[in-house]
Amino acid sequence: MSSPAPVYAANDGVIEAARAALGAAFLDAQDKVGEVTLNLSRDGLVAAMTALRDTPGLEYQQLMEIAGVDYPERPERFDVCYHLLSVTRNHRLRVRVTTNEAQPVPSVTSIWPVAGWLEREVYDMYGVLFEGNADLRRILTDYGFRGHPQRKDFPLTGFVELRYSEETKRVAYEPVRLAQDFRSFDFMSPWEGAEYVLPGDEKGAQPEAKGAPSPVTADQLAKADKAIAANKVDVIEKKTTEKTSDTGAGEPANAQAAKRTRSPRKPQPQNDTTSADSDPAKKPSTRKPRAKKSDS
Amino acid sequence: MAEVFDERLGHADAADPTLGDVAIQNYTINFGPQHPAAHGVLRLVMELDGEIVERVDPHVGLLHRGTEKLIEYKTYLQALPYFDRLDYCSPMCMEHSYVLAVEKLLDLEVPLRAQYLRVFFAELTRIKNHMLNLGSHVMDVGAMTPNLWLFELREDCMNFYERASGARMHAAYFRPGGVHQDVPLKLLTDIADWLDTRLPRLFEDAISLVADNRIFKQRNVDIAVVSREDALAWGFSGPMIRGAGVPWDLRRSQPYDVYDRMDFEVPVGTKGDCYDRFMVRVEEVRQSARIMKQCLAEMPEGPVSSLDRKVAPPKRADMKRSMEALIHHFKLYTEGFHVPAGEVYVATESPKGEFGVYLVSDGSNRPYRCKIRPTAFSHLQAMDFMMKGHMLADTTAVLGAMDIVFGECDR
Repeated sequence: MSSPAPVYAANDGVIEAARAALGAAFLDAQDKVGEVTLNLSRDGLVAAMTALRDTPGLEYQQLMEIAGVDYPERPERFDVCYHLLSVTRNHRLRVRVTTNEAQPVPSVTSIWPVAGWLEREVYDMYGVLFEGNADLRRILTDYGFRGHPQRKDFPLTGFVELRYSEETKRVAYEPVRLAQDFRSFDFMSPWEGAEYVLPGDEKGAQPEAKGAPSPVTADQLAKADKAIAANKVDVIEKKTTEKTSDTGAGEPANAQAAKRTRSPRKPQPQNDTTSADSDPAKKPSTRKPRAKKSDS
Repeated sequence: MAEVFDERLGHADAADPTLGDVAIQNYTINFGPQHPAAHGVLRLVMELDGEIVERVDPHVGLLHRGTEKLIEYKTYLQALPYFDRLDYCSPMCMEHSYVLAVEKLLDLEVPLRAQYLRVFFAELTRIKNHMLNLGSHVMDVGAMTPNLWLFELREDCMNFYERASGARMHAAYFRPGGVHQDVPLKLLTDIADWLDTRLPRLFEDAISLVADNRIFKQRNVDIAVVSREDALAWGFSGPMIRGAGVPWDLRRSQPYDVYDRMDFEVPVGTKGDCYDRFMVRVEEVRQSARIMKQCLAEMPEGPVSSLDRKVAPPKRADMKRSMEALIHHFKLYTEGFHVPAGEVYVATESPKGEFGVYLVSDGSNRPYRCKIRPTAFSHLQAMDFMMKGHMLADTTAVLGAMDIVFGECDR
């Protein structure tokens, strides 16, 4: 471990000692990031905690913290994490039990009186019930508060806000009104497994616009593609030059040519991706690729 | 029937004043939440028998700001300044636990100079915190002058804070990967001068006024005695557990940063009363000064922040020339860094005791859960049994010796 985090006694053998001491209450254990976590069953918690405190070789005298964690997608959505400290062995241990809104967790106030407030806090923040805690009141939230604010489904802004009401001369509770919508940014990298299409990226999924000016709708692109498929125009047919018309130069323009009245031609459908109105698919063009008139 | 009630309520004496018949009831008073000796917004519901305290029910949470909830909606870097605002009397020590927790999850190496600077400023913070606590403790039990002198020193600490970080209180100086910026050499020499001259002179003067003072001793000795067993069972830490005679200091037993290189003593009390706690803090100030001098003597040159550009921002000068540095800066201050999934509980020795951060990461750039373990919670909870049988006037002494700040207690 290269980080300068607090160093305490090694974790070697702790899990085995705990497994031997706890018996059936012991479900499983992990040793991750240098910290040991025991997962215990809810029912055997008090006996297991007493064993953790009193068994020689474990000796976790102090309960430093009880932390709740909410995982709403799980059936037993709450973790209750007890952080134990042994001052004689200089070791820390995390004990975890899971529960839901209805199932109470046995209270450890009989082992560590400090658990009283810690359990009150978990109850206040998550609504986890502790069986055997004689004083399970709210602790941090306001008198008369409703809801459990640390749950993941509780909004950050809460539901009510307070103001001093001049008319009634008292503090009034009102539903929260936000002047601006709550903004939550998603920082998942679009290159690493995001499931959504970023605004603007939907074009990437469509076929390339064939040299079209950029504001092209997906509809137009689809049409253009269909047209090209139907035309099967082989643009480069031949490269021989036998007539003057093949040269691309045409007849030499002169004053006479300008005067000559040409018979009005029907407007040919343009084989152009931008013109969405004409449908070239209906009328396949049979003409040869016209030699382009130079505009000289 | 009415007479029975009258008698119960102690009204009977008006009609029939017989001595000894008057039933005196316990009565309940509110101490706070606006009491100047409550050190903030503490409401104590006290049940008194005459002037003897029978029961104390502390009502906390009047300063609850939902810090833990807010942190879940911030990136790891944005969450850091919230820690300054927990215990606003020792801001950098609050940051210390958090940055160590983040670094532990990241398994991030921190340059040596940064570790020295963090220890140095953590100890400055300890002095700063104890100046406030010792001063207000003596003022709570009646002495005025030491408080004024100690506030002078606290003011000096604030000025050093400002010169290091730009802010007098809410420094946001410790960052994951090191500290925010290097300190000027002049600041270090000034602090060294201060440690040699002004701090010992003013501090020892102020303490000499109270340490052997008869009134001060009468107000503190044998008040709120806590045994070793009680201190362990009630989850005490810091000066509270050392006052009870348990030589437990996280800087010594679970060293973080460069505390393992530091040479210092851990003072312990003998009786576990308020006077012991006071004197433990007094000695801690001297030991902190000692640690700071060692830091000054040993501090190496070098970078003050991790060179891992995915966590610590590049230097401003690099950003003028290097496109990559610019991108790193942009990514760090918008998206922030991602922390590998996992959970850690990191506790450091804050001036008030064990200040822990339980950090759960789900691999994103925001903490999934950040539980803060305040020191005041367990100490204040023990108030009930510590106060039992003491006089009402002892409340302020007990509170003062607990060193409670509500920014941290209520979060």
